[in-house]
Amino acid sequence: MFSYYLQLGLRSLRRNPVLTALMVMAIGFGVAASMTTYSVFRATSRDPIPQKSDVLYNVQLDNWGPENTKEGEPPPALSYKDATALLRARKAKRQTVTYPIGVSVIPEDPSRLPMRQGAYATGADFFPMFDVPFLQGRAWSIDDDEKHADVAVISKSLNDKLFNGGQSVGKQINLDGHLFRITGVIKDWAPQPLFFDVPNTSGFDEGASVYVPFNRAVDLKLPNNGNNNCVKDPGEGWENYLRSECIWLSLWTELPSKSEAQSYREYLSGYAAEMQRSGRFSWAPNVRLRNVMDWLSVQKVVPRESQVSLLVSLGFLVICLVNTIGLLLAKFMRRAPEIGVRRALGASRLDIYAQFLIEAGTIGIAGGVLGLVLTGFGVLGVGLVFPERIARLATLDPTLMLLTLVVAITASIVAAFYPTWRAAQVQPAWQLKSN
Amino acid sequence: MLKMTHLAKVYRTEVVETYALRDFNIDVKEGEFVAVTGPSGSGKTTFLTIAGLLETFTGGHYHLDGVEVSQLDDNARSRIRNEKIGFIFQAFNLIPDLNVFDNVEVPLRYRGMKAAERKQRIMDALERVGLASRAKHYPAELSGGQQQRVAIARALAGSPRLLLADEPTGNLDTQMARGVMELLEEIHREGATIVMVTHDPELAARAQRNVHVIDGQVVDLAEEPRFHSHAHTAHS
Repeated sequence: MFSYYLQLGLRSLRRNPVLTALMVMAIGFGVAASMTTYSVFRATSRDPIPQKSDVLYNVQLDNWGPENTKEGEPPPALSYKDATALLRARKAKRQTVTYPIGVSVIPEDPSRLPMRQGAYATGADFFPMFDVPFLQGRAWSIDDDEKHADVAVISKSLNDKLFNGGQSVGKQINLDGHLFRITGVIKDWAPQPLFFDVPNTSGFDEGASVYVPFNRAVDLKLPNNGNNNCVKDPGEGWENYLRSECIWLSLWTELPSKSEAQSYREYLSGYAAEMQRSGRFSWAPNVRLRNVMDWLSVQKVVPRESQVSLLVSLGFLVICLVNTIGLLLAKFMRRAPEIGVRRALGASRLDIYAQFLIEAGTIGIAGGVLGLVLTGFGVLGVGLVFPERIARLATLDPTLMLLTLVVAITASIVAAFYPTWRAAQVQPAWQLKSN
Repeated sequence: MLKMTHLAKVYRTEVVETYALRDFNIDVKEGEFVAVTGPSGSGKTTFLTIAGLLETFTGGHYHLDGVEVSQLDDNARSRIRNEKIGFIFQAFNLIPDLNVFDNVEVPLRYRGMKAAERKQRIMDALERVGLASRAKHYPAELSGGQQQRVAIARALAGSPRLLLADEPTGNLDTQMARGVMELLEEIHREGATIVMVTHDPELAARAQRNVHVIDGQVVDLAEEPRFHSHAHTAHS
């Protein structure tokens, strides 16, 4: 019977083209608005590292005290003192500290101009922790970290520029006048949201093309290219900055089990308690250990305008559906005589429900196809409303295409519930008598 | 085949109760051709819609083919309508968007019949009413008489045991009406039970038995059946 009802539904689409067009447009526009805004919401709220997001933890430690923090939330980054102390303790399976640096890459060919590149100073664990994909070579070693070695990992884009995409492992790269040995080349990698550097990027950035060891970057006094937040003046000079309570470092740990996470949390509290005992902190331990998704949620990475526009567009979809209900009601009740005849010839109420819900489904398919085209245009136009760094994340991929069709068909069927119920209540006797 | 005993149908509003049928008794035997006559508003059509399970009744008993129908749910009533009853309406009631073939197919679809059997039955039914060549035509492309023949083909395609006809010639001119009536008589001779509501005394006279309804009641059930010779039927 499904194919029969589908056939009747498609025939019904042609019966009243104007009414059909109005319904298809209502569904198409409603779904397109929702899916366009959803594409932005999805891009900004997705899990950037789903295979490991529940075992990677950001570390927070309150070194500012309740007077300088809001609602008891520790600062979003760590001071050099705390980050390096926690790092040295090596209480997690893996741990890494990061901070963004800006470096100039000076080509060997003196005729070529230096190139300013986004870079991170980090640890050897950064690469295996975050599943960074390598094209050539590998990450530097923990031994390199400890020896403050001049080593670097570069991105494919930079490798293309400097070495024409050729083999570059073992070659030297000149960063701000210092030579670093390349240990590996990674794919152009920038998970979105850029979870490991939310405080400096608000979650969305193109990523870096150079990575160098944190210890070496500190030796070279490579300045922080991100946010520096201090509650009091650190004083002049690099050493004062390192000794200060300014927060500028992100510390991430990999803790594969709940018990390891709990142990680390206890260690962190113990560390803060020790700071309190030593007189550095005059407040009780206040620490946080959050996995990736909790961290992104607390940092409110999803832009407020994305949430608002999604809600507004869902409201628009509801309005479109209310209109569709009215149009379907008019369409179905106009066919009361046909319903009467079908009931007389043996159709049960369930048959009428099935016929008209499937007919609504065919309208949903047509609305979905229109919605798909309009969503395509909508995604292209996201940049008119959202900043470029967010707009470029919105894409019409197969999942969104399928979702658009499913939402359109489901919405049409939901809109058809009341009109179909009314159609099934048609009394065949009255319809046939009145003819 | 069809037996109603003390059947009542009351339409209620907040202020009045209107009896469409009251203490209505009728017994139609298998193979009978009964004409139900009576003035407008007497309750003939209400009787027919209740007989066809298109409407429920308020009191009394109705046995159709030995089954008491008052307690049946919508599915069971629909199944009986589909399998045992054929309807022929005054206004033909063909579905305008479906061609002749598809119109005749409707009851067979609800019976869940396979495509090959459906096609065979549809073409047989259309052959029988002389419209096999019009299978792809739409109702609007046919005359009134042809449309009623399609409606008869639709009623016959499912081989129902009971044919209910409501003024089947009411919208037709004399010549077309005669053709439709001859077709009904032929169907009856082949064994179908027919109950036909009509205003027309001439048509009623061609049935085996007449039942008069006045003010929602059968008034002359005791009348002796009048049988007509085939010769008379054939020439009328």
